[in-house]
Amino acid sequence: MATLSGRLAQIPGMGMAKGLAVTMKTMLRTIFLPGKYLNTVNYPVVKETPVARARGVIALDQEACTVCMLCARNCPDWCIYIEGHKEEKQPDKPGGRVKVRATLDRFDIDYALCMYCGICVEVCPFDALFWSPDYEYSEHAMGNMMHDMDKLQDWMATVPPPPEI
Amino acid sequence: MMEFLSNFWVQLVIKLLVAALLVPLVGMVIGFAEMKLSAKMQSRVGPYFAGGRWGWAQLIADGVKFFQKEDLVPAEADRPVYKFAPVLVLVSAVAILVPIPLGPSVVGRDLDLGVFYVLAVSSLSTIGVLMAGWSSANKYSLMGGLRAAGQLIAYELPLILAVVGAVIMAGTMSLSGIVNAQATWFSEHGWGLGMPFVLVQFVGFAVFMIASLAELARIPFDMPIAESELVMGYITEYSGFRFLFFFLAEFANMFSLSAIAATLFLGGYWAPGLSERMLNILGPGILFAKIGILVFLMIWFRWTFPRFREDQLQTIAWKWLVPISLANILATGVIKVIV
Repeated sequence: MATLSGRLAQIPGMGMAKGLAVTMKTMLRTIFLPGKYLNTVNYPVVKETPVARARGVIALDQEACTVCMLCARNCPDWCIYIEGHKEEKQPDKPGGRVKVRATLDRFDIDYALCMYCGICVEVCPFDALFWSPDYEYSEHAMGNMMHDMDKLQDWMATVPPPPEI
Repeated sequence: MMEFLSNFWVQLVIKLLVAALLVPLVGMVIGFAEMKLSAKMQSRVGPYFAGGRWGWAQLIADGVKFFQKEDLVPAEADRPVYKFAPVLVLVSAVAILVPIPLGPSVVGRDLDLGVFYVLAVSSLSTIGVLMAGWSSANKYSLMGGLRAAGQLIAYELPLILAVVGAVIMAGTMSLSGIVNAQATWFSEHGWGLGMPFVLVQFVGFAVFMIASLAELARIPFDMPIAESELVMGYITEYSGFRFLFFFLAEFANMFSLSAIAATLFLGGYWAPGLSERMLNILGPGILFAKIGILVFLMIWFRWTFPRFREDQLQTIAWKWLVPISLANILATGVIKVIV
């Protein structure tokens, strides 16, 4: 406490003066050096690139999905709607077994309900759901926030490659 | 022309028009300054798109928005009181402007008891706030109203006591007289210099500014509307243009309390080296510049300090500001008698 700054800090009202100095400094440098110190971007004109693994939106790989419903059942908001049917796949070689494969008819996520917890992505055993950093999908009507599986498939293109192990 | 202007009714209409236009205009300018300055203090841009450049039309757009909204009155509310409260608050902000001199002969009405009138009228808004809190039939409003009553009554005292120092120095309660006393303080020496009272009444000035921040219920003294606890305090139930009235009254009150402080302590319209003729022309500009500095201080404090707790707030008023301003009065009186 014998240092000069320690002594200065003991002057009554010094903490208030410090606070005032901080806001004044921030104000002056935001006004005069906005390029360097401005923390925001002019959004619709300038766009910020989110980090690669940002939780922007959930994308679906239709090929990988087996209609197991685990995501829909684990969703805390019940915002995933899945319908599917069984398809018989003829054997590749004669004499083979006929395989039954589940096919998606509907895979909708209501993003007006979704709270971006990512449990569906975590729980998917077939790696069909991914986080995409895309964030520009707002709508004028709340009902339009329900996105179908084609839209979710389109978002697969924006999913970054998985991190190297 | 001069004869036409000196007609009482013509003057009355002009004064009313000036007051009616000045208050919304000043409210918008201060509101916009607050938006922009607070943004800069937080490394943001602030309003940007409204009006094409700098977002200058943001508050006009806001005002239009408020007029479009529904004027809701809660079912349980005391309707006439509920509707009248915002008007009372705004009127008190406007009425303060009456005796404030903008120049040696540019003044709404120079009252002999100007200081007394100003302080009396400014406490009218306390009643408006209490009415709003009580009539809303809402627990948050009521809590906010009661907190406001406790706070405004506590800080009314140091506000008034702080002014007494300047009144003793000037020997008059007329605001024009007080400015005149500051302008001609050293005139018997023939130096042509005046002295803003802030140089010797610094304690009074500081107490006045702190107390007026509390009177405005602005951060750091915003217990009555503490958003995190009381939604919006006594303003909770208001919507539409009645909400706008409270909004405008806050900024208009900032302006009028700063105008009083500038007049009492910073020399009002007076600036050294200007003749009376020049002061009549430049006076309003000089006064507005001084008000601008004080308003900036208020905005700066608001965006720097956190909110006081209720007990800290009362402690500051009763244990610090009141004794300090009483000591200030005593010292001023003794020095006045000796010198």
